[in-house]
Amino acid sequence: MLESEAGAAFVLAGGTDLLVRMKLGHIEPALLVDIKRIPAMNSITHSARGTRIGAAVSGAELGEHKAVARAWPGVVEATNLIGSDQVQSRCTMVGNLCNASPAADSVPAMIAAGAKAVVVSRTGRRTVPVEKIVTGPGQTSLARGEVIEAIVLPARPARSGDAYLRFIPRTEMDIAVVSAGVSLTLERGRIKTARVVLGAVAPTAVLVPAAARAIIGSKLDEDALHKLAAACSAACKPIDDKRGTIEYRTKVAGVLGKRAAQIAFQRAGGA
Amino acid sequence: MANDPSYTKQKLKVIGSRVRRPDGVDKVTGRAKYGADHNAPGQLVGLFLRSPHAHARIKKISTARAEKLSGVKAIITSEDLPDLTKGDTAARDILENCMARGRALYDGHAVAAVAAVDEQTARKALKLIKVTYELLPHVTDVDEALKPDAPVIHDYLYTNGVEPRPTKPSNLYNVAEFGHGDVDAGFAQADVVVEKSYKTEQVHQGYIEPHACVGSVNPDGTGELWVTTQGHFTYRSVCANLLGMDIAKLKVTSSEIGGGFGGKTHVWIEPVVLALSRKANRPVKAVMSREEVFRASGPASSTSIDVKIGAKKDGTITAAFAALRYQSGPFPGAIPGMPWAAIGAMTSFACYNLANVKTLGYDVVVNRPKVAAYRAPSAPMIAFAVESTMDMVAKELGIEPLDLRIKNAAREGTRACYGPVYGPIGIGATLQAVKNHPHMRARLKKNQGRGMACGFWFNFGGQTCADLNIATDGSVTLTVGTIDVGGSRASLSLIAAEELGIPYKQVKAHIGDTGSLGHNDTTEGSRGTFSSGMAIVFAARQAIEVLRERAAIMWEIPIEDIIWKDGHAKARGSKYSRLKPLSLADIAAQSPSTGGPIAGHNESVPDNAGVSFASHICDVEVDPETGGTRIIRYTVIQDAGKAIHPTYVEGQMQGGAAQGIGWALNEEYIYGDDGRLQNPGFLDYRIPVCSDLPFIDTQILEIPNPNHPYGVRGVGETSIVPPLAAIGNAISNAVGVRMDHTPMSPPRILKALEQLHAS
Repeated sequence: MLESEAGAAFVLAGGTDLLVRMKLGHIEPALLVDIKRIPAMNSITHSARGTRIGAAVSGAELGEHKAVARAWPGVVEATNLIGSDQVQSRCTMVGNLCNASPAADSVPAMIAAGAKAVVVSRTGRRTVPVEKIVTGPGQTSLARGEVIEAIVLPARPARSGDAYLRFIPRTEMDIAVVSAGVSLTLERGRIKTARVVLGAVAPTAVLVPAAARAIIGSKLDEDALHKLAAACSAACKPIDDKRGTIEYRTKVAGVLGKRAAQIAFQRAGGA
Repeated sequence: MANDPSYTKQKLKVIGSRVRRPDGVDKVTGRAKYGADHNAPGQLVGLFLRSPHAHARIKKISTARAEKLSGVKAIITSEDLPDLTKGDTAARDILENCMARGRALYDGHAVAAVAAVDEQTARKALKLIKVTYELLPHVTDVDEALKPDAPVIHDYLYTNGVEPRPTKPSNLYNVAEFGHGDVDAGFAQADVVVEKSYKTEQVHQGYIEPHACVGSVNPDGTGELWVTTQGHFTYRSVCANLLGMDIAKLKVTSSEIGGGFGGKTHVWIEPVVLALSRKANRPVKAVMSREEVFRASGPASSTSIDVKIGAKKDGTITAAFAALRYQSGPFPGAIPGMPWAAIGAMTSFACYNLANVKTLGYDVVVNRPKVAAYRAPSAPMIAFAVESTMDMVAKELGIEPLDLRIKNAAREGTRACYGPVYGPIGIGATLQAVKNHPHMRARLKKNQGRGMACGFWFNFGGQTCADLNIATDGSVTLTVGTIDVGGSRASLSLIAAEELGIPYKQVKAHIGDTGSLGHNDTTEGSRGTFSSGMAIVFAARQAIEVLRERAAIMWEIPIEDIIWKDGHAKARGSKYSRLKPLSLADIAAQSPSTGGPIAGHNESVPDNAGVSFASHICDVEVDPETGGTRIIRYTVIQDAGKAIHPTYVEGQMQGGAAQGIGWALNEEYIYGDDGRLQNPGFLDYRIPVCSDLPFIDTQILEIPNPNHPYGVRGVGETSIVPPLAAIGNAISNAVGVRMDHTPMSPPRILKALEQLHAS
């Protein structure tokens, strides 16, 4: 259906972005395909080999899945930050990803977690790292007729932790001015692997290898945190807009990177 | 004695009790009818085409293609709205604001409107209307608009209030001066003088219910309007005047109101909807989108203010000066003769007893939406500037800011900075209550700070007309013409119950439509419970006279021997000991045979609404790494004169504080260089959500207003005045930066912190 529609075609999951844009008259779709009733897209499977979250699983459902919340608290808290309680009962991670906003909450956390998207089309199925999906504001790498079926999170080693923080001027119901997701694994009290991702500071979420390098091998001491913050700030290519200035976003990206790393470290059992 | 408004220390029985409001259950269950809930048979959908430009000449509007679209029943532009205002410039401005006349004056200015059979058709029609614009230079900032090279918006506006009259038109349309004494001499006596300039960005009232109405004009020239408004009588006269209708032939019915705060005191879409209906000969319904509400209703002024205060070592203020520059959108202020900066200037130092004071109000036009009243209009901005400067003076002198305020507080007999001499007032009492409040002694943690500030509002009386009708079973109907914004139906019912000596539950209050009462001024200036309340007192007393007459007929004794007490007619004297007191119900039951229905009525212009003061205490915590500010604790102390219904008085105090907190921290209109509003929605125009606010503590003081039988003062507005400064002072005490620009948003605070650490 999506492939053969000549006009503007959209996939409808929770609809918490799509329906709002339609109501505001920003888009006038010729075709909407609702995926909420497709069984493969509606389930969460969690095992030692990894976690698969269907594209139509709502934020609220994800939040209630205790095992996933234990393994990936950062991913789950990021997804649960989308919108209000009412929105949580509808919104999905994949919708948040495909809406392709630079400020999407679940995306930096997913990328930090090393999540992959399972992309299906009439001709087949491919698995793509989440960071390869969004190419710019409102733009994705998905071809006509391609749909994301699920998000897959890798197997979680022991002594791992992740965290997501965003800065908003209010306490809720707001959009990230800057955000940071960090996932890390410890070995003998030191950080063995880490991924640091920033949101709302560039056209897409940014994976910052230099920030990860700044803390790998460390016990997250002051010096490592300082270098992490500097690397985060250096990776920012933000814009001045109604939500924040370049100067502000650059500074606060470092602050949030540091704070998210501290939480992830603590969750991994680091002292 | 009849209708004497003087305060009498009358012993009150039900006034002051916390009864349940009659509209509450309907509102929480969704049964209440708001503006958009009314529908008429055969109604059309009305939509507006709005200018995307801040300032442009409209060279041509082609509606031909849209008119041909099936389902389109009427299209109007300014050509369908001839100017019938006969030299009334205020009315002409309203007409031009409702529909652009040759020029679009701000982003969002209506240029055409469509009525069609459904929304989809109306949307299509809007797209088919072609407007040819010629862009003109624009200005949106109040200081920029005053520069000599600024684009002059109107070639007909010359500065009023200066001598000699300017020879050239400019954006500065009024200068007003208030004060007394000699400020130069006062500053010369001062040991310490503090001068500081401030800016406050534009904010919107943020009412949740958008403007909505159904208008229906019949071929015989009569019409009806169902609308959400703070003043249906005012909407009636304004619409009738603009459309050339007889005022009495237009009936306006007000809906429940989902917030107004001043924004629903002016017409926006209503005259155009009536014009569409007249042209289409069908009822037309229009509901503004949120984006339209932000772009094209009436937010508050953005401002730029200078304050200078001088004081002696002992804390006595020797002189105070303020210059206020307020923008009012593209038209002079909405209240004729009382432009926005002038109102601000009048309120500026109203809390203080000053020998030498001078304020100057500069009113300015810019290419932004027409400014409307917002809860104590113009006062919060100048209070931010004055009360911040007061804290700076206290710091220079090494005096506690609270003690500086107590020392200089206005009192009975003080000449106010805007002229009159105060009667009994509450500023001193609220400050003393601050001093005694446990909040002031609570411990603060790292990065937390406490601030306080005062505020003043005039309050207003205005034209009022009310009916009280007694049914044959003794139940009582009140019909009032001031719409209920904050529980006034409960308060007015309490007043009727008090006077008549009957239970609250026996009274039912209605808001009458414009066909049922004489003119009532808009519910503004905190007048609803004050004015209609006084009218109900007098209407009830008139009804009691009638009740006594009827009892006299029933008993066949002289009326002079009958008193009204505890809800009963009682015969005075031992000779009547066999006469059992007659209840209101007893007398009402006999009314068909004793002279017909029993009613009371009052029309009046209650004056001397009683000025009101508040002092607020606020604790904040600032995150020094992000500049984010959280309100940790907040206390409002306000003089209510007499709280008719304490819960709803507290609600007003909390609501004002909540709006002030939003104004202080995050709310602002953000314009791009192109003069377009960038954040016309609640996602990027950030009013506080529940979790942003602590429970706001309240303390009601009751210093009776001598000009109301129960001592009532208006209470609705004062508490939006102090929060901006209270928060600014708290931030200063928390992290050491003096914020001079609202909103005190995280980027502004972080920048100030960086500058502090760099120096």
